[in-house]
Amino acid sequence: MLDPDSGLSLTIARIVRRLQGSSLHSQLERQARVSLHKPEIKLESLKEDIKDFLKTSGWEKKLQNAVYSELNVFPSPCHPAAPPEHMKEPLAYMRKAQGSWEKRILKSLNSMCTELSIPLAQKRPASEQKELLNKWNEMGTDEPDLSLFRPVYAPKDFLEVLMNLRNPNYENGEQPSFRNHLGLIQVPLKVKDIPELKEDFSELGLNTGQLGIDDSAQVPPEFFENEHVRVGQKVLAEQDSAAAQQYVRQGCPTALRADLWALILNISNQPEDILYYEQLKSNVIQYDLLVDSLIYKDVKLTASNDDYYFVFEDYLYQVLLCFSRDTSVLEHFTYSSATPPKSYIRGKLGIEEYAVFYPPNVAPLCFLYHEPSKLYQIFREMYVRFFFRLHSISSHPSGIVSLCLLFETLLQTHLPQLFYHLREIGAQPLRISFKWMVRAFSGYLATDQLLLLWDRILGYNSLEILAVLAAAVFAFRAVNLMEVTSLAAAEAVLADLSTLKVMPLLQIFLFATVT
Amino acid sequence: MAGKVKWVTDIEKSVLINNFEKRGWIQVAENEDWNFYWMSVQTIRNVFSVETGYRLSDDQIVNHFPNHYELTRKDLMVKNIKRYRRELEKEGSPLAEKDENGKYIYLDFVPVTFMLPADYNLFVEEFRKNPSSTWIMKPCGKAQGKGIFLINKLSQIKKWSRDSKTSSFVSQSSKEAYVISLYINNPLLIGGKKFDLRLYVLVSTYRPLRCYMYKLGFCRFCTVKYTPSTSELDNMFVHLTNVAIQKHGDDYNHIHGGKWTVSNLRLYLESTRGKEVTNKLFDEIHWIIVQSLKAVAPVMNNDKHCFECYGYDIIIDDKLKPWLIEVNASPSLTSSTANDRILKYNLINDTLNIAVPNGEIPDCKWNKSPPKEVLGNYEVLYDEEMAQSDGPDRDLRSRSGQSTGTKGGRARDSGKPILTTWK
Repeated sequence: MLDPDSGLSLTIARIVRRLQGSSLHSQLERQARVSLHKPEIKLESLKEDIKDFLKTSGWEKKLQNAVYSELNVFPSPCHPAAPPEHMKEPLAYMRKAQGSWEKRILKSLNSMCTELSIPLAQKRPASEQKELLNKWNEMGTDEPDLSLFRPVYAPKDFLEVLMNLRNPNYENGEQPSFRNHLGLIQVPLKVKDIPELKEDFSELGLNTGQLGIDDSAQVPPEFFENEHVRVGQKVLAEQDSAAAQQYVRQGCPTALRADLWALILNISNQPEDILYYEQLKSNVIQYDLLVDSLIYKDVKLTASNDDYYFVFEDYLYQVLLCFSRDTSVLEHFTYSSATPPKSYIRGKLGIEEYAVFYPPNVAPLCFLYHEPSKLYQIFREMYVRFFFRLHSISSHPSGIVSLCLLFETLLQTHLPQLFYHLREIGAQPLRISFKWMVRAFSGYLATDQLLLLWDRILGYNSLEILAVLAAAVFAFRAVNLMEVTSLAAAEAVLADLSTLKVMPLLQIFLFATVT
Repeated sequence: MAGKVKWVTDIEKSVLINNFEKRGWIQVAENEDWNFYWMSVQTIRNVFSVETGYRLSDDQIVNHFPNHYELTRKDLMVKNIKRYRRELEKEGSPLAEKDENGKYIYLDFVPVTFMLPADYNLFVEEFRKNPSSTWIMKPCGKAQGKGIFLINKLSQIKKWSRDSKTSSFVSQSSKEAYVISLYINNPLLIGGKKFDLRLYVLVSTYRPLRCYMYKLGFCRFCTVKYTPSTSELDNMFVHLTNVAIQKHGDDYNHIHGGKWTVSNLRLYLESTRGKEVTNKLFDEIHWIIVQSLKAVAPVMNNDKHCFECYGYDIIIDDKLKPWLIEVNASPSLTSSTANDRILKYNLINDTLNIAVPNGEIPDCKWNKSPPKEVLGNYEVLYDEEMAQSDGPDRDLRSRSGQSTGTKGGRARDSGKPILTTWK
């Protein structure tokens, strides 16, 4: 086993390696050089004086935030001799499953290309480029013929793959019974139980103030809300990422949310970030990818029919089209088992790599950020920190496999009658809740509730709360669910989540239910 | 046991009829004995006209005030507001204070408007001060966006200049009268699209003024991106938010109907602009509604048999200033989407609960003060009686423009204080 000291030095070495050569690094160097002109910097104590200067001018805080960000995102190293795949995903059978899933997606894409005689990627002719540039801000009004494009996969296909995961080292010859797991997921990953969750999510407890509960109309704001807003403003003034992450566990005031999320995700929207976004945009203009049509179709089907998000349809195209060409996102795959299917640009320009992803959740972010490059960065950071885990097979506690297992275990342990009943009528609960979790509830909850939920995802740096909420929803509608006699009826009971209040449900499920 | 309420309507809309039926009311014909008549605006004209001499009895209620057009016709609304402002100025009220450019500080909520052809010359004078401005022409008597067009050149309205020179003996039929208003070409855009607000306001009496605002208003979005470019002045899909117009556009969506709830709007504005400016905006919206009602209150026939539910149309500009565009006496009860149907059904339900207490045969002598519990999704916007009973020294305190809490007869049924200390 790795002793704590070498673990720490490995971590430090890795962070230093990552931050070296970053724009923050060059900014710090520049600041240090500029400070030489200041009278308080003396030659004899040069090092200390510069350090003091960086501290008082807020640059040390920025460095702290960057380090904190790295710690959050990357897993701790396990062993110096561990191979890179092992770092990404320690379980071999998971790696294999993810590999075959990716191959399947790529095969599906390739066959769609052949069928429709469209290349995976091609350069646009100049006239088309000009046209796209002109209507960059209103792609939503286009009506291209998308009828021939099939989505590459639907959530239920992904669920089927997860259901068939098996650990080859684990033989469970017994028939399913109450002693075993009765759900759809049959891999023995460790998931938390309610006592552990209560500890992890202690700030959601009954004795702690929450936005989403203690800011409701009946509660005078002096009890909690006013003070909470004051603290939030202070956190923003201090520009402290770690403090912000702790703070949002109790929810963000709406007016502060955009800035708090940006602080936690360490997004500052520097000129080079804006430039990067513009470069991506010009890539979109110049090259046409097959996956663009898939994105287009997906947005048309989902966001443009949504009561809240239809207004932002055009932003979604802009963000997702750029995202599908963002090779820096490939970087995050160094800490995930997934290797994205690559597509290659045909043409004289040589081979370039562009990754293909399943379009994730952008729409709720449009409520917070309306400046395209900032919206893009927030979205990208949310994806590489959290949401990619919902679309790939891994053993990570926030990965979709663990979330499914956590959901099923919670339900089976704490609502056994309901679980058994639903299973008997052919309505395995996961079949209904899977689509909620895979989209992080986006499109199912009211926007203000969704944002309160995502506050906690950021605050706890984990997606486990999605599984807990899914179980809490079932618990809430248990009485009605006990009376249904078919999967369709169960779906109907759970079809409309738009009136649910997320925080009370979570609190009741975790802290107020007799177990 | 009291008899069942007998109702009549000449508007065949399910949201109405379902509400009557669920209360167990009985449908009768117009010439029979009725207690409740939900009528169209044409019918109200006949009911109260001098010729027919209709006399309503104490157990009869109708859903319009006899001369509602003082508020709901575009030209009369503007006339009444201008008159109201002048009166306040004459009595030296602080509400009528003007800034250094001569603009009313608190009462400038209607875009500069003129009647055509009567004020044609005045309009030309104003137009020449800003020759690059855009103006919107609206026929006084029409609705649903019919007959509206934009102009940016005097030549486009030459017809009305000729008419103004005709002899004043020629009576102008109200159908030809237009109002021309300065077009708000800097509307607040969301997702690049223009939208307006539709808010429902119920008035149970004008003197003393008692009005309620429906909490579930909505925003209507244009389907096409907004552009102030002069080449698109003719494209009504860019400029007019009326659903009647938008639903013929290529991109009209029948699921959400291009609408947002007001609470969505609030969430968006709070998230992107901050809480104070959002509160201030909503404060101002409430303010302009109450001021518009106060402006027409003196000329309104405050018939005790009447109540009215108005549809207020408001546009917010990019400086977050709300503008009153018009007031509709007969807001559409057609539902464009499922959500819409639910909203309008509940709107009528809550309206009836307030106007016809306990669903029993009405008695027009009642004090029109419903208990808090029946308000449903309405909240008290302004209650003149309660405001005055709080003491004469609170009279006409001038607005500071900041929200400071609820006073002046505002019920706290919603809990969240959202109106200012003004009367």
